[in-house]
Amino acid sequence: MTSDPHDPQSDQLEHPVDEGGQRGKGPNDIRASWWNALLLLPLLMLVTSIYNKQGPELFGLPFFYWFQFVFVFVGVGCVWIVYIKTKHISRRTGGPKK
Amino acid sequence: MKDIHWVELIVFTVLFLGVAGMGFWAANWKKGDTMDHLDEWGLGGRKFGGWITWFLVGGDLYTAYTFVAVPALMFGAGALGMFALPYTVVLYPIVFLPVLRLWSVSRMHGYVTPADYVRGRYANRTLALLVAVTGIVATMPYIALQLVGLEAVLRTMGINYGGIAGHLPLFIAFLVLALYTFKSGLRAPALIAFVKDILIYLVIIVAVIYLPSKLGGWGSIFEAANTKFTTPNPATGKTSGGTLLTGANQLQYATLALGSALALFLYPHSVTGILASKSRNTIKKNMIALPAYSFLLGLLALLGFIAIKAGVKPLGNRATLLPDGMPKPDTNTIVPVLFDSQFPDWFAGIAYAAIGIGALVPAAIMSIAAANLWTRNIYKEYIRKDASPKAEAKQAKWASLVVKFGAVAFILFIDPQFSIDLQLIGGVMILQTLPAVAIALYTRWFHSWALVAGWVVGMGWGMLLLYGIGNPATGKTHFAGSALQLGKMSIFGWHPFGTSTTQIYVGMVALAANLLVAVVVTVVLRALKTPEGADETRGIDYHADDGDADLKAIAGH
Repeated sequence: MTSDPHDPQSDQLEHPVDEGGQRGKGPNDIRASWWNALLLLPLLMLVTSIYNKQGPELFGLPFFYWFQFVFVFVGVGCVWIVYIKTKHISRRTGGPKK
Repeated sequence: MKDIHWVELIVFTVLFLGVAGMGFWAANWKKGDTMDHLDEWGLGGRKFGGWITWFLVGGDLYTAYTFVAVPALMFGAGALGMFALPYTVVLYPIVFLPVLRLWSVSRMHGYVTPADYVRGRYANRTLALLVAVTGIVATMPYIALQLVGLEAVLRTMGINYGGIAGHLPLFIAFLVLALYTFKSGLRAPALIAFVKDILIYLVIIVAVIYLPSKLGGWGSIFEAANTKFTTPNPATGKTSGGTLLTGANQLQYATLALGSALALFLYPHSVTGILASKSRNTIKKNMIALPAYSFLLGLLALLGFIAIKAGVKPLGNRATLLPDGMPKPDTNTIVPVLFDSQFPDWFAGIAYAAIGIGALVPAAIMSIAAANLWTRNIYKEYIRKDASPKAEAKQAKWASLVVKFGAVAFILFIDPQFSIDLQLIGGVMILQTLPAVAIALYTRWFHSWALVAGWVVGMGWGMLLLYGIGNPATGKTHFAGSALQLGKMSIFGWHPFGTSTTQIYVGMVALAANLLVAVVVTVVLRALKTPEGADETRGIDYHADDGDADLKAIAGH
């Protein structure tokens, strides 16, 4: 997803819509940002050895359970930050949005 | 009739009829210029904003079947059932970026299905057909499973007869659903999803606050679960499951979560929900807000342990008798039975309505998605190439009816267990379209015929592996699960993992084979200079957004 991490800032305002013909940067026009790397953090949840244990318990819930509930918020937080931080980059024209 | 729980049934029926009325009225909601176009009937006019999309996609992804099956898995197997949580947490970070690209390119070119996109990207009709057929085949049993959820509720309310009479209420419910979907298209489930989700949130929040306090707290609930899992089964003398993962099933847990997350947005009904949204911003906000449902699903999973503590016995399904003539216990009934035993009747009725309506929303969206695939990628591509948009819409409406009654036939004439097996297979199947659909959003490096070859190998090997998985505890010898013991994996007689008992999700194994073949064949075809079709998409199309001057007109020609 972050296969083209060079100059994240230069993508905006570059490709006017009515230029015609083959526009944009090649057939894929991948606009990467280092912020996107944050999306990898929630994948830690796939490493079960981190949390597959009984204690410490919370409200009677073993660690295995409440840790995964906490990770829902980690997931949301990461996507949220990426959303805020990359808002300006993914614009197509740079013009004001409706 | 003495078995019927009247109060529950009346509350259920009133709510059910209410949403049916909404479904018929929905055709007039946010009305476009015409209903005779797939953009309108099949995608609700491509203009759903943030809230509608949240309810629609939430109602679409977190289905009635999930709501009964995940607690049932916890009840039977313990910690493994919690995979629903990592599955739906890693889901959004993974799909956040690709789904935006898919939305943009589809908006730009008027694509309605994932197979439309593949056709545009690769100009390979065979590959597009494979993607379409995979989507339809994987979706059909999923619709049938929604019926399993609905039926679990109906049976708990006392409508539990043998033979055809036992299925009649289900048939009526689906007939109503079929009629309003025919009339209103995607607008119907979008509107009904509001009611469904509000009811579900209400019920689950009440359940996880009220039930633990009534039953002695989470500590004692987990103690009860532990006791159940450490007590040997009198029949086999073995223990099964546990409140923590074991050494052997951790990899299965992680790969099942990851594989399911990768697969979910390849399902045509998920794509339909996404393509119906108004703008990239709508989707982005939803990727942040949808995990609220994941949290809810995690809480719901815990109901499986609460049911253990409450001493719930799964209800026998009188339509499927065991060889000794007794009804077969159906663990999918444990949540309905739990509600029945712990809640006052009127509240149990609301809870059942939540699950029942929860079956209708995804069933409607799935049948629309399958109908869109049929119409766009088979009917128009192979049968009537000159079909006008109006003819397409008409064809899709009828196809949605056929799909729904096909699903009912699954339940009526075939053991529901068969749909569950098929759904398991469906997940492995849909994952095989990942290279052609999801990877294609980023690169066109793969040769389209190499993707076809990868699909064939991934699909073939995946099915073969699933066929070989048995479960001694239930006596099933084939298709008994998706957990493959690494030691049993054989590549032409070679066992790469020796005798390891570690388990892994079959879908990921098949996907790995699929990708490997696609890479090798691409290199070979390039060396042979095999011609490649034209790519009708342009780089900038993947960033198109609402308000751009050169977008395709909605419901245009």
